[in-house]
Amino acid sequence: MSEQGSIIPTGRQDFDRDLGRLEAELILMSGLVEQAIFNALNALKNRDIERSQKVIDEDDHIDETELEIERSCVELIRREAPMASDLRRIIASLHIAGELERIGDYAEGIAKISITMGSQPPLKELIDIPRMGDMAVSMLKRSLEAFISRDPETVRNLSVELENDDDEVDDLYAKVQGDLMELVKRNTDNVERATYLMWVAHNVERVADRAMNIVERALYQATGELVSGTTQIDTVPE
Amino acid sequence: MPFNDTDLLSQAGSAENILKFDDLDPVLEANDLSVSYGGNTAVSDISIQIPKNSVVSLIGPSGCGKSTLLRCFNRMNDLIPSASVSGTVNFAGQNIYAPEVDPTEIRFRIGMVFQRPNPFPKSIYENVAFGPRINGMTDDLDEVVETSLRRAAVWEEVKNRLNDSGLSVSGGQQQRICIARALAVNPEVVLMDEPASALDPISTQAIEQLIQELSNEVTIIIVTHNMQQATRISDYAAVMMAGEERVGRMIEYGTNEQVFGAPRDSRTEAYVTGRIG
Repeated sequence: MSEQGSIIPTGRQDFDRDLGRLEAELILMSGLVEQAIFNALNALKNRDIERSQKVIDEDDHIDETELEIERSCVELIRREAPMASDLRRIIASLHIAGELERIGDYAEGIAKISITMGSQPPLKELIDIPRMGDMAVSMLKRSLEAFISRDPETVRNLSVELENDDDEVDDLYAKVQGDLMELVKRNTDNVERATYLMWVAHNVERVADRAMNIVERALYQATGELVSGTTQIDTVPE
Repeated sequence: MPFNDTDLLSQAGSAENILKFDDLDPVLEANDLSVSYGGNTAVSDISIQIPKNSVVSLIGPSGCGKSTLLRCFNRMNDLIPSASVSGTVNFAGQNIYAPEVDPTEIRFRIGMVFQRPNPFPKSIYENVAFGPRINGMTDDLDEVVETSLRRAAVWEEVKNRLNDSGLSVSGGQQQRICIARALAVNPEVVLMDEPASALDPISTQAIEQLIQELSNEVTIIIVTHNMQQATRISDYAAVMMAGEERVGRMIEYGTNEQVFGAPRDSRTEAYVTGRIG
């Protein structure tokens, strides 16, 4: 027994420390990804090619962090043969790292589109896409909060909030698509620039979907319930 | 999450965390089963249903009463003079603790395999033929011995040395011969008390594979400290716990998915994640 009367074996305390480190790595990765989305959208809006290139360059760091988390998870599974909440926590971390890595790719995709656009101004003033971006990043933050809480009630409440926000992001996405199609109908010369923004909006919409996947994993961690995923197959290049 | 509440360990589990099978007749069913040794309660108020042809693991920290409970299922506790059992264990429509029941017959129908292989100091053949001989069988013994050794997945290894001593083979083979000995009388249930704990990983693997194959025809209740083993071989797991007063109670009984994946009782969670034990 420890001084506080704890009956936790020493090996278990080491395991808890490593689980804490794993969580810290995920929080760090989430911060990198949020920043990447924020920077990619701002660079697009401000036509800042240098900043877009920085987002692309920094995606390697996100990819490396994901690999590092994956290695940590494999090591913990191998070493500890985890059960119950430990196993769920590690499996959820593994999935969430994968989701974050994909979100990083969406940011990189937006940055690449921005560079491809070169000096061309966006076809329309960017209002709805930044709104979608703000909502998606907020969803991402709250999905991580849900994961860190490990509390079923908190996760369920946040899950409901996020579902509503995801619907709103979907509505904005539909509106952006409709507006852009209208501009193409008016003048077919707009098709290239409309397509660029369509891709950007798609990437942002996918960030929100990935945040939903993360909250599903948070629910799995907290309760053991595995709910069906919302991830769809990408049909548009990132 | 730290598990610091030692008082909790002494509390009975919630009835809703003990799996009940409404749609089938269990092969074994304990009701309000308690065991005392010389007036000291060792396990208290155990109620559990064991489905036919399933593998059920009994898990829990050392001293929580797993082996005591296991021994209740074939009246092995009768062999301990100070032991007294209350409650019922129904098997084949009868309480095995009813006065008219012959415990020896029960032990043939509900066989037992122990932690350390314990072949008799006789030939491999005689070890396996022992039970059938006691039951008066004299014909077809060769066939019974071969079939039993085959069922225990050890025939190919010992078929050319049936007259060698049961003690002359490896530990893993000895344990499978003991399983063959238990199977020779066609038991409906086999109780196993940490049957692989004294074996090397390869022999352990052989025993685990054997348990899974046998479960197609017999019901197996196994005490194990190895939780990975329990997840690999069993269909259901029962968790026992004892507090400082050393009275074992069942705190959770459910599918492997529940007990090892998302336990309902916080003490099960603490035990399977190594926070107590």
